[in-house]
Amino acid sequence: CAVGILDVDLCGPSIPRMLSVGKPEVHQCDAGWVPVYADPQQKLAIMSIGFLLEDSDEAVIWRGPKKTALIGQFVSDVAWGELDILLVDTPPGTSDEHLAVLENLRKHRVDGAVLVTTPQAVSTGDVRREITFCKKTAVKILGIVENMSGFVCPHCSECSNVFSKGGGEELAKLTGSVFLGSVPLDPLLTATLEEGRDFLQAFPESSTYTAISQIVNTVLSSLDA
Amino acid sequence: MADVPNDAPEHCPGTSSDQAGKSSACQGCPNQNICASGAAKAPDPAIEEIRQKLTSVKHKILVLSGKGGVGKSTFSAHLSHALASDDSKEIALLDVDICGPSIPKIMGLEGEQVHQSGSGWSPVYVEDNLAVMSIGFLLSSPDDAVIWRGPKKNGMIKQFLRDVDWGEVDYLIVDTPPGTSDEHLSIVQYLSGAGIDGAVIITTPQEVSLQDVRKEIRFCKKVKIPVIGVIENMSGFVCPKCKNTSQIFPPTTGGAQRMCEELNLPLLGRVPLDPRIGRSCDEGRSFLTEVPDSPAAVAYQNIIFPFFCSLKTLHLVYFSLFIYTDVISH
Repeated sequence: CAVGILDVDLCGPSIPRMLSVGKPEVHQCDAGWVPVYADPQQKLAIMSIGFLLEDSDEAVIWRGPKKTALIGQFVSDVAWGELDILLVDTPPGTSDEHLAVLENLRKHRVDGAVLVTTPQAVSTGDVRREITFCKKTAVKILGIVENMSGFVCPHCSECSNVFSKGGGEELAKLTGSVFLGSVPLDPLLTATLEEGRDFLQAFPESSTYTAISQIVNTVLSSLDA
Repeated sequence: MADVPNDAPEHCPGTSSDQAGKSSACQGCPNQNICASGAAKAPDPAIEEIRQKLTSVKHKILVLSGKGGVGKSTFSAHLSHALASDDSKEIALLDVDICGPSIPKIMGLEGEQVHQSGSGWSPVYVEDNLAVMSIGFLLSSPDDAVIWRGPKKNGMIKQFLRDVDWGEVDYLIVDTPPGTSDEHLSIVQYLSGAGIDGAVIITTPQEVSLQDVRKEIRFCKKVKIPVIGVIENMSGFVCPKCKNTSQIFPPTTGGAQRMCEELNLPLLGRVPLDPRIGRSCDEGRSFLTEVPDSPAAVAYQNIIFPFFCSLKTLHLVYFSLFIYTDVISH
């Protein structure tokens, strides 16, 4: 499966670090910008503003129109090649970045959106608005993921609902959306992302892996359907 | 909302943008010539209007982060509650997260509406001395999405600063969305006459959060806002059963402490994870009063009360520098 990740969080691009691709240069070819590959087989292509900043601490202090223009370029001018799936990681909100991505992807068909929430009402409260955004822009909602859903203490195995529990599932019921599943808080997941390691390879036995796999499979089935 | 005139096309970059009159969206707009000539880029008169309006506001503090979901709104709300616990002080909390306004919920004010009077919009009072304004109060349903581009968000922020009747205020706390974009630039621009005392920056211990905080700090330097300090939120979790501490968000690169040492900034404190914080926020109550003995509440109090001193010190330092420079130049 050839996958592309387009990181349109221009002010806070986290994808390069999480996929441990360092600070490679982005080259041009005849077909446009060459994406950065996370793997030697070139199955995972990435584009992020993180690759275009000389200094990774440099702030991208741009107003909407400039962000819109770069996102347009990311969609149209990157030589993604043949991809099975293009994932677009967005910042929070319902503003320039989200509108820019949709406008530029329109001609290519958008299969849908996965919405991520934590269990708390303060988070689901914002995701309700995101659902409205999807409805208004005719983006199919593939489902809702409840992230940071419970923490199992590594010392005594007691599960604590650090950010409450069940809010994602309730939101899915309330809005008639598919509930894709819950992912627990897992320091191993956080640490491997920080260190740019592949969590699925490092901890294939973990229940977090099972949770994520199930969600992935559900999303893939809904794309095939 | 003068930044995007009523007769402007859909993708109007805003009359004060560098692209005003020059972008492809400007073709055919009746204002194109005015914008292209630069006449529309004269300093926005609202800056002076806001300066005058806010002469009754003693201190203005921004709460920033780089990343979303690190606890900015939680901190803004509880800072406001803590400051308002002194009955002699008037506190105002302004929520400029236009797309994701959480403050009404956290403050227990969901469903409240804003009223207009002769002196402007009335903020919503959660206590006699604690006033709140958010776009959340202007939306009729919790499902309403604010699908606005930058220029329209900027216009809203201008109105919040110019048209809200805040009255006499000791502390105006401004809760922001994550990032370094329209909302942040607008707050800085519109308060450039009135002045900003400083910014508090919230992070979690993770490098992916710190990475964005460093950008936020650069932003503050660029727009000349003093950084009052950094707060490391979600810093450790004590299991209620076995009482062992786990680092759910491990500080793989030394956390906020190392970053503050490297950048010579104060680490105001660390707040542990506590499920009761989230619950209080969801219920619209202050966890400082709900669970005052919780380690998280104690951590907040230890951060907030020296806060008064840090603001006074900031003033003393800038005042001293001013006197010094004045003496040197004569």
